[in-house]
Amino acid sequence: MANGSIPVVVALLAATFRLATPLIFAALGGVISERSGVVNIGLEGIMIVGAFFAVYGSSLTGNPWVGLLFAVISGALVAAIHAVLSINLKADQTVSGVAINLFAGALTSFLIFKLFGRQGQTDGVAALPYPTEAMAKIPVIGPFLAELNWFVFMAIILVFVVHYVLYYTPLGLRIRAVGEHPKAADTLGINVYKIRYLCVIMSGVFAGLGGATLSIGVMNLFREGMVSGRGFIALAAMIFGNWKPFGAMGASFLFAFAQAFEILAQKFGWALPTEAYLAFPYILTMLALAGFVGKTTPPAADGVPYNKGER
Amino acid sequence: MKMKKALALVLSASLIAGVFTGCAKKGGEQGGTQPKSNVKIGMVTDQGGLGDKSFNDSAYEGLKRIEKDFGVKPDVLQSKQQENYEPNLTQLGQRDDLTFAIGFLMEGSLKNVAQKMPDKKFAIIDAVVDLPNVMSITFKEEEGSFLMGVIAGKMTKTNKVGFIGGIDMPLIQKFEAGFVAGVKAVNPQAAEGLMNRSTVKYAGSFTDSNKGYELAKALYNDGCDVVYHASGAVGLGLFKAAKEMKKWAIGVDQDQAETAPDFKDVILSSMIKRVDVGTYTASKNLIEGNFKAGHMVLGLKEDGVGYAPTTKNNTPADVIALVDKYAQAIKDGKITVPEKIEDVKNFTAPEVK
Repeated sequence: MANGSIPVVVALLAATFRLATPLIFAALGGVISERSGVVNIGLEGIMIVGAFFAVYGSSLTGNPWVGLLFAVISGALVAAIHAVLSINLKADQTVSGVAINLFAGALTSFLIFKLFGRQGQTDGVAALPYPTEAMAKIPVIGPFLAELNWFVFMAIILVFVVHYVLYYTPLGLRIRAVGEHPKAADTLGINVYKIRYLCVIMSGVFAGLGGATLSIGVMNLFREGMVSGRGFIALAAMIFGNWKPFGAMGASFLFAFAQAFEILAQKFGWALPTEAYLAFPYILTMLALAGFVGKTTPPAADGVPYNKGER
Repeated sequence: MKMKKALALVLSASLIAGVFTGCAKKGGEQGGTQPKSNVKIGMVTDQGGLGDKSFNDSAYEGLKRIEKDFGVKPDVLQSKQQENYEPNLTQLGQRDDLTFAIGFLMEGSLKNVAQKMPDKKFAIIDAVVDLPNVMSITFKEEEGSFLMGVIAGKMTKTNKVGFIGGIDMPLIQKFEAGFVAGVKAVNPQAAEGLMNRSTVKYAGSFTDSNKGYELAKALYNDGCDVVYHASGAVGLGLFKAAKEMKKWAIGVDQDQAETAPDFKDVILSSMIKRVDVGTYTASKNLIEGNFKAGHMVLGLKEDGVGYAPTTKNNTPADVIALVDKYAQAIKDGKITVPEKIEDVKNFTAPEVK
């Protein structure tokens, strides 16, 4: 890999896949949670926590796979707070999500200081290893595969898994029923609270993985601010993708492609202000949303707490 | 229902507590030398705080030298958020003779506070506040960056050199301009891509390390083999990409081979900004009774900028010797490093032997 460069098209494609991965994870988390009727705008915060704990787990044991486990567990725990607040206590789900976003930033900044004895960023840790050389030897698509990391594969596989679960299993039917019409689901003996808990916690697992992609997939450390609003972009991708796994993936890819293209385009030296390049991904996404996607419909009971026994 | 309310309270309280945990203050160490001067000097950090291994630590370093030389104990308040700037500056302004505001983010707050306390002295790093009781300390980043350009121009084998900036604004353009001028002085061919900005990329952020990784991969893939950055944490992504692709990177502000030791094998050098020289000089002036408000600009001559001590680990001695010669020429005034990108086109460095 050290020798020579790869064709621009391959580089562009690989960058698109790398940039899309954290978005796909978080957007999938959003899909699962909202399909069951719970709005989760805490995705950004959960990604931050996941990114931090992935590094902490890796630094504690020297094994990045343990870091991955830490990210998943910490993401699930933070999401569980959101679940308790919004399902049992029927708090305003948007407010609870905002609280999680604020909490995550402060918590990680405090923990960097406590656990790593420094401020702003952690020490470098073992990142998830990826067999670059072996991948490069694969014929035809080798050079492309060599540019990726394991998280890219995980994210794409999970899109298929979530799609299958949501549309082809009894559990998926229950999740969708709870998100569309919880009372009807309840009358049929589905435990609305249980399903919602499961979905919100799963959304934490996914967003935690998204955070880990940033910290131990691409980089090998955690730095305050490294998530940089990707949780919110993922939220937009979920809406853009009409609350469907493949839709969310497509939207993530579109945004990531626009960003990869922006990075490439800066080299053309066009007489444009830098801000024009930087705004390009957002403009493209808005145009696509306005022009091609049309009306998106959220699950009917999205964001509405369910009161058992209320008429 | 009562249980639920109690649970709600506990949960929301813990969330709020989480927000505030960051505010805990560290107690200052006691003891030290007998004060020889009864001047009081204070310093307000920005959000980075002490221990950031960057700006704030460097500023504190200067005050610690003052403590050693003159027995004046520094009085430090750390700001956890921007809202703390004004209260912190006011508090120190009331009890100290000279208060340092570390970082350009404090410009507005310092202006307000200094106006309210005209009989107290203030100093600010990296910004200019035009008041009769304020000393503004800025750095000639372009001069330090010029030296990095000399290193990059000499070390590149592909004759292609890249630059990654944080946000495209005058402060960062000073780094870019100085760097490009440095490359141009030793390797005009390598400076071409920089001058038409085809190997210059801006991240639009100072925190997004992953964006930095992508920007760097694009530059390296485009044929660059040395990339300099002035982009805060974005640069961590540059180092990661350099390590993976086995190319060179150049750090900024602090000796990044020391602050990011994982990447020391790919860091040729770092342009360092000696904030400590600024705080030391201003404090010394005050103690010796010749503090002057106004604008102090620290360049190579004043030892305000320079290259990192670890440069020798990866950069050959003959390149460092050349860097030293250029540094001497700048100090002697034979070379004036441009600070605007437009001025680089007309810049030609005199032969340095």
